Amino acid sequence: MTKVAVTLNVNGEESEVLIRPADTLLDVLRENLGLTGSKPGCLNGDCGACTVIVGKKPMKSCLMLAIEAVDQNVTTIEGLTDATVQRAFVEHFAFQCGYCTPGFIMNVHSLKENHPEADGETIKSWMDSNICRCTGYEEIEAAVKSVLYGGQEHHKR
Amino acid sequence: MIPFDFDYYKPSSVEEAVRLFESLRQQGKQPMYFSGGTEIITFGRLDYLYTNAVIDIKGISKCQMMTFKGENLYLGAAVSLSEIEEANLFPLLTKTSSEVADHTARTKVTLGGNICGKIFYREAVLPFLVSESEVVIASREGEETRPILDVFQKSLQLEEGECLVQLVTNKKMIEAANISIKRRRQWDTGYPVITVVGIKVDGQLRVAISGLCSFPFRAKEMEPFLNDTKRPLEERVSLAIRHVPAEVLHDSEASSDYRMFVLKNTLLDVFEGLEMEEVR
Ligand code: FES
Ligand code: FES
Repeated sequence: MTKVAVTLNVNGEESEVLIRPADTLLDVLRENLGLTGSKPGCLNGDCGACTVIVGKKPMKSCLMLAIEAVDQNVTTIEGLTDATVQRAFVEHFAFQCGYCTPGFIMNVHSLKENHPEADGETIKSWMDSNICRCTGYEEIEAAVKSVLYGGQEHHKR
Repeated sequence: MIPFDFDYYKPSSVEEAVRLFESLRQQGKQPMYFSGGTEIITFGRLDYLYTNAVIDIKGISKCQMMTFKGENLYLGAAVSLSEIEEANLFPLLTKTSSEVADHTARTKVTLGGNICGKIFYREAVLPFLVSESEVVIASREGEETRPILDVFQKSLQLEEGECLVQLVTNKKMIEAANISIKRRRQWDTGYPVITVVGIKVDGQLRVAISGLCSFPFRAKEMEPFLNDTKRPLEERVSLAIRHVPAEVLHDSEASSDYRMFVLKNTLLDVFEGLEMEEVR
């Protein structure tokens, strides 16, 4: 097995890791860097549990090779500290078992950064990328809406 | 985990990429071009495909192009579907590709990857089939521009070592009245039953369909019936659907009868939608 040494920038810190080029970003985050917040779910790009932010965009880390992340800034749930979205999820009880939560939070955080004024259609299109097995969608929706539109409900705008 | 190893290369020019492919072949390797790479990663994990060298084309500026030059729009094969949506230079493509997978996945899925993929929907090709776009293909001999209708026969017919670089579409086609309809069995997510894309050029309807047969196609055999304005609309559609070019899929997503039923209704909706588009 040929491994290569690469430098990854994760949560603002540079780390040198020895990886197989065939390793996914999800595996390297969890196994090499000990960042277990990104969750393995379907490993097929369907569930969103593994979502991180690469550059400014949400990314399913099971769909990306770690080697593709060289020269890019990766943010995982561990890189958010008391972000508005995290607080909103707590305040709205937007999780049950919590397995999908890091993925949802990273996606919503990225949505907020890219489209702070997102309309209902944009929110829906982005949020369709994540699945909650516990089906806590109503609470998740309330949390998401509380951080967009400056906390006002869409229909009030 | 992907159960096999591969080497990873990221060339910065098309020439370098095709040369690399050839030299890897000469070394007895099984190289693959890698754009978004989502199929290589997911199918690789399931052992549905094998490669021991991937050539990532995302570092090639020509493959990242997204710009009008003169009368033509050039879209690089390595542009992600979400970038295409955001730039919205080709509204019909935006509409069609924004229905592929989901938003986060589309930040990784690329135009070239979707068109050259193994998953039979490959919806992103439909707007190019109706627009009669051209494809720029690189090989050892250099780059060549060919009509997509010649190169796309069920799938993109590339020789070993050839690489899709760009898709070139004329402005007139981009501005034509158009519609894209995706019908799923239930809900808003999940795989589609069928996708139908239509544009009207010089008064003639052109249609391309995915999800009906095991490959996406331009409905050339169906179009004369759809455009036969002497007949009532229902009859035109009924005659047209007798000329589907291959066996209709029959699987767990939908029976062939159901697919045909959906096709008929969707074609009627295409007419209605285009009329509304023209009024606007
Ligand atoms: S684990 Fe990545 S999308 Fe499900
Ligand atoms: S809270 Fe359990 S999967 Fe979402």
